[in-house]
Amino acid sequence: VTNVVTVDRWQFALTATFHYLFPILTMGLGLFIAWMTTVSHWGRDNHRFRPFRKSAIERERYESAARLFAKIFAVNFAVGVVTGIPLEFQFGTNWARFSNYAGGVIGQTLAMEGVFAFFAESTFLGIFLSGWGRVRPRLHWVSAVMVFVGSWVSGFFIIATNAWMQHPVAYSGNGTHVQLKSFWGLLSNPWLGWQYAHNMSGAAMTGAFAVAGLGAFYLLLNRHHEIARVCVRAGVIAALILCILQIFPTGDRAANNVANMQRSTFASMEALFHDGRGAPLVIIGNPDTERRTLESTVEMPHFLSFLTSHNWNQELTGLNSIPTRDWPTSVPLVYYAYHIMVGLGTILLVIAGVGFLMLRRARIYTSKAMLWALMLAFPFTYIANIAGWITAEAGRQPWVVFGLLRTNSGASPVAAVPSGVALFTLIGFLGLYAAIGVLFPMFIVRIVGRGPDEVPESTSPAEPAELQPAS
Amino acid sequence: MTTVWYLFLGAMIATYVVLDGFDLGVGALLRIVGRTEEERGRVTDAIGPVWNGNEVWLIAGGGVLFLSFPRAYAAAFSGLYFGMFLVLWLLIGRGLALELRHQLDNSLWHAACDTVFWLSSAALAFVFGVALGNVVRGVPLNAQGYFHLPLFSILNWYALLIGLFALAALAHHGARFLAWRTHGALGVRARGLARVLFWPQAVLFFLLAWPTYHVRHATLTHLTNRPWLFVFPAIAIGALVATWVFQHRAQWQHAFLASSLFLAGMLASAAAALYPNILPARQGHPYGLTIHTAATGHHALVVATIWWSIGMVLAITYFTVAYRTFLRPKVDVTYGDGD
Repeated sequence: VTNVVTVDRWQFALTATFHYLFPILTMGLGLFIAWMTTVSHWGRDNHRFRPFRKSAIERERYESAARLFAKIFAVNFAVGVVTGIPLEFQFGTNWARFSNYAGGVIGQTLAMEGVFAFFAESTFLGIFLSGWGRVRPRLHWVSAVMVFVGSWVSGFFIIATNAWMQHPVAYSGNGTHVQLKSFWGLLSNPWLGWQYAHNMSGAAMTGAFAVAGLGAFYLLLNRHHEIARVCVRAGVIAALILCILQIFPTGDRAANNVANMQRSTFASMEALFHDGRGAPLVIIGNPDTERRTLESTVEMPHFLSFLTSHNWNQELTGLNSIPTRDWPTSVPLVYYAYHIMVGLGTILLVIAGVGFLMLRRARIYTSKAMLWALMLAFPFTYIANIAGWITAEAGRQPWVVFGLLRTNSGASPVAAVPSGVALFTLIGFLGLYAAIGVLFPMFIVRIVGRGPDEVPESTSPAEPAELQPAS
Repeated sequence: MTTVWYLFLGAMIATYVVLDGFDLGVGALLRIVGRTEEERGRVTDAIGPVWNGNEVWLIAGGGVLFLSFPRAYAAAFSGLYFGMFLVLWLLIGRGLALELRHQLDNSLWHAACDTVFWLSSAALAFVFGVALGNVVRGVPLNAQGYFHLPLFSILNWYALLIGLFALAALAHHGARFLAWRTHGALGVRARGLARVLFWPQAVLFFLLAWPTYHVRHATLTHLTNRPWLFVFPAIAIGALVATWVFQHRAQWQHAFLASSLFLAGMLASAAAALYPNILPARQGHPYGLTIHTAATGHHALVVATIWWSIGMVLAITYFTVAYRTFLRPKVDVTYGDGD
């Protein structure tokens, strides 16, 4: 590991991957906490809107569930914040030439994230967590919604930044810098909309399976039945809707963008070496970049051509007609990441679908097999989300800005950051994140083990002590 | 337009120093002001709901630097590599210590979190001063606009002095906050500290004028060429005097506000003395970055001016709501240990 760019890449890959584990749940759970808080705040016995038609006891269950998830959310959010800061820093420290080159454009979206999302999230999370009983109920509900909105706005600006790196638009520039030519052009990037939708439904899927999985866990343990049933029901319904959205339209349209705008990435995702009409969809297979072939394949003939263009005999570009210097650094990585994502997505859809059918006559609450499946599905949503991002990021290689700036030319110059220096911080992150990786599950397990407060109270003794005046 | 963004950036940094400054100062004083585990818990409670929002001013300020002066961002962050990662890791440790402290009700865990919290707070205050010192002193930029400062060159004598001043000033600021916000034995101790800590920062403030002139003559000549800029040091000195007067009258809220004004005035003076440099070269070296050479394109700045203004109105609204919610009851009002 003597090449500084290699070290920079590993460090960014490590810190970005580790960081993203937390925002997935922040954005996913934020949605469900906002929903549960909304139902418990606005629900009435005879509300005109059916999902809000809840009795007082049902509203209490929603509130109790929201409180439990808020405790998990708080720890998750804190780790997400501290692991997010290294990413902003690294644009300058390790990717100075990239920042110098692209700052004129992506500076907009990154700064907007800080200004429009972080202020809202952090101030309202403070109010929300101190909440229950301490601030007016209306303000408390508003803060739950603002935390959710803030986290999704934050996601939007990050995806807008990434979309520009995947498909640069609305810029003018020479070889050394790009400048923003049109602000609306930047925000209406054709890549942006579907990538955002696909990413957010992915995060929401994690939220849905977290809610359903926790409910399933309590039911299997024979604890907290009422709240657990609320969680399983809400989680399974949402999971099914989101799994469908994840595949169609968002996944389909996002893949279509890749096929049209990043041919090298698309060919790598499918390990498609030869050009040709009627390309097959590979379900299983191992790519061999030396011999330029896929081995041990199970495939569906013509399906790939059909899925990309709705034409069974569409001609697709294979890797053989793309110069190797423009191939992703690791074609197999892109291929496997993509197939893992799609495979897991399909399995999760099946679990959510079966679960949904079993909601009829409440069979799901007593089916051990189904509850086990729901509980075990939750971690796999993380793998699917991360695999999706690996597909996007490793697939974009060898470019940091697709077609404009190669990753090798984006790193900080050796005159500023020698590789030994970067290696030291990479090792430092490994140690630091190993420690966080141990502490975080420990706290979550503890919160889950304690479970929800069975009888919600107006004052909240179990809430984080920091926000309470001592008494 | 570039000057406007220099002002916006300066305003965000000043807001950060004033807001996060008090919770950094509170952290640095944790062990001195909180004698027992329980008291230290109450000290962290005093900043618990607001510290994260305060820190966002740093993150958003960094984003705005990236937006408006990407060349300066790229050069400063890569050149001060070790300093930046020091800040980064301290921010991570501090954030985790604050947020995870109450997750376990265990005195060993509390002691560990308290130690990480006070050490990282003190170190951050110091390192921010070191960073400011390096910018004022200037960095050895090459013709391509990059530089590399090894760790021990980042910690040069001038930067260390400014670091010391930053620690003194923020500790004082934090003591002012606690003096205003706490009651009982804790409050008495905080007020005593605020009185004592007034002197180191005041003395350093005046003493450091000479070394600052020594490392960069232009800081003074720039002000003397435009005498109206002396209004900023005048504000700082006026606020310093006001802090002392309010403290004498035991008006602790006013004393805290005066201390905030002092920090803002001091930073404004530094910004005025550096203008139009944003990342100056060492005295006598070429290739310094000014706001004109480092700025992004015109269209980007014009559009950003519009959304930034909207964003700031929203942010100020959020902060008003949050601070009104949390500043109402004093921490430990019902705690009956004297007063």
